[in-house]
Amino acid sequence: MSDATDTTGSDATETEHAGFTDPDDAEVVAPGMTLVEEDEEFERLERQTDEGDQLLTQHSEIVVTGGPWPEVEGESQTMIINMGPQHPSTHGVLRIMLELDGETVVRAKPVIGYLHTGMEKTGEQLTYVQGGTNVTRMDYASPIANELVFAMAVERLLDVEVPERAVWIRMLLAELSRMASHLLFQATNGMDLGAVSMMLYGWREREETLRVLELITGLRMNHNFVRPGGVAADLPDGWQLACLDLCEIVERGISEYDELLTGNPIWLERMVGVGVITTEEALALSASGPILRSTGFAWDLRKTQPYLAYDDVDFDVIYTENGDCFDRYRIRLFEIAESIKIVRQCVERMPAGDFRVQDKKVTPPPRARIDESMEALIHHFKLFTEGFRVPAGETYVAVESPRGEVGCYLVSDGTGKPARMHVRGPSFYNLQSMHPMISERMVADGVAIVSSVDPIMGEVDR
Amino acid sequence: MADDAAQATDEDAREEVHEVVPPWDEVAAALWERFDGAVFHDSHGQAVVYLDRTHWADAATMLRDDEQFTSCIDMTVVDHLVDAERVVVPGVGPARYEVVANLLSHPRNRRIRLITEVPADDTTVASITAVYPGMNFAEREAYDMFGIEFTGHPDLTRILMPDDWVGHPLRKDDAPARVPVTFKGDPGPR
Repeated sequence: MSDATDTTGSDATETEHAGFTDPDDAEVVAPGMTLVEEDEEFERLERQTDEGDQLLTQHSEIVVTGGPWPEVEGESQTMIINMGPQHPSTHGVLRIMLELDGETVVRAKPVIGYLHTGMEKTGEQLTYVQGGTNVTRMDYASPIANELVFAMAVERLLDVEVPERAVWIRMLLAELSRMASHLLFQATNGMDLGAVSMMLYGWREREETLRVLELITGLRMNHNFVRPGGVAADLPDGWQLACLDLCEIVERGISEYDELLTGNPIWLERMVGVGVITTEEALALSASGPILRSTGFAWDLRKTQPYLAYDDVDFDVIYTENGDCFDRYRIRLFEIAESIKIVRQCVERMPAGDFRVQDKKVTPPPRARIDESMEALIHHFKLFTEGFRVPAGETYVAVESPRGEVGCYLVSDGTGKPARMHVRGPSFYNLQSMHPMISERMVADGVAIVSSVDPIMGEVDR
Repeated sequence: MADDAAQATDEDAREEVHEVVPPWDEVAAALWERFDGAVFHDSHGQAVVYLDRTHWADAATMLRDDEQFTSCIDMTVVDHLVDAERVVVPGVGPARYEVVANLLSHPRNRRIRLITEVPADDTTVASITAVYPGMNFAEREAYDMFGIEFTGHPDLTRILMPDDWVGHPLRKDDAPARVPVTFKGDPGPR
């Protein structure tokens, strides 16, 4: 080794790569290699040599792998490549145009619209009673959030106050939905990054959550359970036990994910420092939800602009400082735990009372009344065919969905159907924020970044 | 005399509008001070300011720079072609389209909604992407769905519909089922 230290220049014979791993011999580099000073850079080289692919030949100074790439003289050429629309990691039909300089992404442009089915136009054809079936299909991974925001917008225009029990049922469902959505993220995020067993684990717990949602609402997805004026039905027998059992199952699940992934070196390698976005960028690009919170900005509408009974329950807003993919993964993992906290409080403190407002204008008569009263039958029929009229006006209501702020801008012209029903899908705006995350990163990081944005194309394209 | 009288009525009108601005909404008051023709409206407890189309981008700049409105959270358009009833705010000349922007101030934890009226024969509004880059997609969507042209937008192309689509689907006169549903290999009506 000491001989090697004295020899410099092109005659350097490095038969072993010890010279790269020992900081004392740092100045011994084969010509063509850059002298490595910083520890970070050094570690990088060390890792590359340890991979076993490195080959130092006797007389030439070429390092076959791991060495710096020769600089191309003149203008570098960029290439545009399409990722998607049928790429397994794009969560549906998202296409991203990547402008590449070698393997580095210069620019990324999401191309959307493949799932556009004109749901906002459909919303103008449906009555306010039917509207829920439409909006629930926008963000199909957390349908309750969309139903909730639509119902709240209609209620604001109607000036209807929802009974307390309905509020708590809505909150319970919203949190169950959040759990299901974040569990789905854990599954798909794991799968996107090659942790395929994670997909099964995440799906397993999500399925349990959907089972409880099915018990309460009757459907696994697209529930149409939150209706203007309350919810569709009261909670079924045994819901408390089902919810508490679920909490235990999911708690066990997330501690398993935590053990499996959080300290995993490969996981860290793929996620830490990848896809960094700053608070300023996130705010300017209208990003919300976990993306904004990962930048160190604790903004959660449940806390900052409380709706339902969120100011009455105890939970924490999870936020981290680094704004990278790993932080977004961690935020979603810990948010599941916070949702479990809220679900437990809902079970404990669920108030008694009516599950929908007793306002004949918006509420259908009870099923039993229909058999005995002609008026009730007519009332029921009118409500479900013609719907109810909503006073002319406009309003914007926002709630915190698992992906960020989902808002509903509703314009009524005094008839039974909305004049305009616009839903602000958080994924629509979050997708834009991908650009600062992905530029100057490698292509392979693109998959991790798309996954960490967690877009649901249904609400992007609507 | 006549001039004086006219001025007096003008000032009265202005005073009247000013009275509509309640003291709690300082942002709306600031917008009213700065821009002629700005009208405040309390819509179900939410602050709404109707602006003249020419002040659209300036108002966005002012809200971001002076009033700490950190994010423009949403932008959309409403087509009022066939409204049965319409809430017409006093002082606002209603036009066919309304461009609606919802802004959110994170530091002040409050929202404000800006609305501007856009007539059917001149559907141009200044783009605010330079102020709020997040409105890039939203303005493209508004262009795609309603045909509102945002001047100064870096890439005003269709976003949801195919590039060669004719018409703007969310306009009220663009009826659904205008384009018949066709299936590949369908022999057609017999």
